[in-house]
Amino acid sequence: MTIRGAACIAGAYEHPERVIPDRTVAQIHAEVAVGAIADAGLSLADVDAYFCAGDAPGLGGISMVEYLGLRKVRQLDSTETGGSSYLLHVAHAAAAIAVGKCRVALITLAGNPRSGGRAPGGGAQGGAPESPFENPYGLSVPGMYALAAQRHMYEFGTTSAQLAEIRVAASHHAQYNPHAYLREPVTVDEVLASPMVSDPLHRLDCCVITDGGGALIVVHPDVARDLQRPKVAVLGAGEAPKHGDNGRIDLTYSGAVHSGPIAFAEAGITPADIDYVSIYDSFTITVLETLEDLGFCDKGAGGRFVMDGTLQAPFGRLPFNTDGGGLCNNHPGNRGGMTKVIEAVRQLRGEANPEVQVPDCELALAHGTGGSLGTRMGSATLILGRQD
Amino acid sequence: MTSMPTPAPYVTPDAAAYWHAAAEGRLLLRRCDECATVIWYPRPFCPSCAGSSTSWVEAVGTGSVYSFTITRKGQGAYREAGPYVLAYVELDEGPRMLTNVVDCPVDGVRVGQRVTAVFHDTGQGTALPRFRPIGADEIPAVEIAAVETAVDEPAVGG
Repeated sequence: MTIRGAACIAGAYEHPERVIPDRTVAQIHAEVAVGAIADAGLSLADVDAYFCAGDAPGLGGISMVEYLGLRKVRQLDSTETGGSSYLLHVAHAAAAIAVGKCRVALITLAGNPRSGGRAPGGGAQGGAPESPFENPYGLSVPGMYALAAQRHMYEFGTTSAQLAEIRVAASHHAQYNPHAYLREPVTVDEVLASPMVSDPLHRLDCCVITDGGGALIVVHPDVARDLQRPKVAVLGAGEAPKHGDNGRIDLTYSGAVHSGPIAFAEAGITPADIDYVSIYDSFTITVLETLEDLGFCDKGAGGRFVMDGTLQAPFGRLPFNTDGGGLCNNHPGNRGGMTKVIEAVRQLRGEANPEVQVPDCELALAHGTGGSLGTRMGSATLILGRQD
Repeated sequence: MTSMPTPAPYVTPDAAAYWHAAAEGRLLLRRCDECATVIWYPRPFCPSCAGSSTSWVEAVGTGSVYSFTITRKGQGAYREAGPYVLAYVELDEGPRMLTNVVDCPVDGVRVGQRVTAVFHDTGQGTALPRFRPIGADEIPAVEIAAVETAVDEPAVGG
């Protein structure tokens, strides 16, 4: 049994705003739901499955189903793995569609941390059994990623200038995105000259904080057949937690070492087949470790791999995050997974910003890293394909 | 650096002995009675063999820095702390624990550095185990600056 070809992403919508001080999180969820269902050419009345994560107000999706007026939901999933949740939602929706539980699934994300909502680092950690042994020591979100970067540098000789190349590529892409929170291209030197936040990570190694959200519509292929939009097939998915491993944590790799091979095997392809990647970019080090873990280069070789414009669209060897990613464009609700899927869908539809559209983009990968690279995370890999 | 904030941990019944021992200057670890695995973080369950018979043992209190970062501006209790070192220390018994490296300049910490435990009292009958460099691994001071501008605090990767 496989989800390969069992479902299509028929609708995708990214909220165009980055600062939304005047609306509730529920309202932003509704706005992106309407945007995605319109993009698909369907109606909210067609939705029979709803997926959301911890950013959705209320109890496990029930409140939002009521808010949205969804009346025939028969599949409800509030899987929560932080910012990667929405990639798991796509995979779970495809699985539910494959076994006949539903035909039109809606996935939404919304948040307003830019305007003073939930602070970074907030979320579902309250009461976690590990918290007493971690929280008193002054953990910060960048600090936890800095620990991973420091160890990667120690073991493999990775440099701050190499990490900066990732930000440079993202900013190169963001200049063509009229909605991007930061549109100014930056140089390696500018990244290195930005204030140190948590050694060895500079301010420009860190993603933005934005309000906003996004939504996806995942449908049965029979539903997709009657729609006008270009078809994007779900070809493979992998998900895996990675954690402290009884105090034997290894900070040089992410859960992508587990989720990636599962997704590639299901899709029946290899990293060399991929035309475009959306890589979770909470911090530059997140991208670097993930590229290694997914097999785009050897472990430890990520620093050299990202040099010389490898990640820059449209002609780099592996164009990534062509919307500007979380580093420059958008990291709505402190959760970057939704926008990763949305930009992959744009690339496969040929609807990315023209300057960064990858020619003949047929296979795309989206990867999410929820939680923290420095402790425990939920990793998710999704492989999508253009369907003519 | 002993002026660092020392917020009290939330003490659960299964870890009370750990925190109270720390207040007496001892670092306890939980060890599985069946497979002898040293467990971290402490819990009455062995994640290695699924055994539920575990006991406290006293650690020697030394280890080495596995990774570290200088947090330039902390949050919460650490908001006014100035730059401080957050680290993973690999204990000589095996586990890598999150902690702070203290009693040295913040830019005096290195991966692989040998450290020994110190215990900072929370004033609530508990103490936080932290670590300081030992012997030749003490590195002399250089001034280091806090972040001067109000940074656009990065978002969570989760």
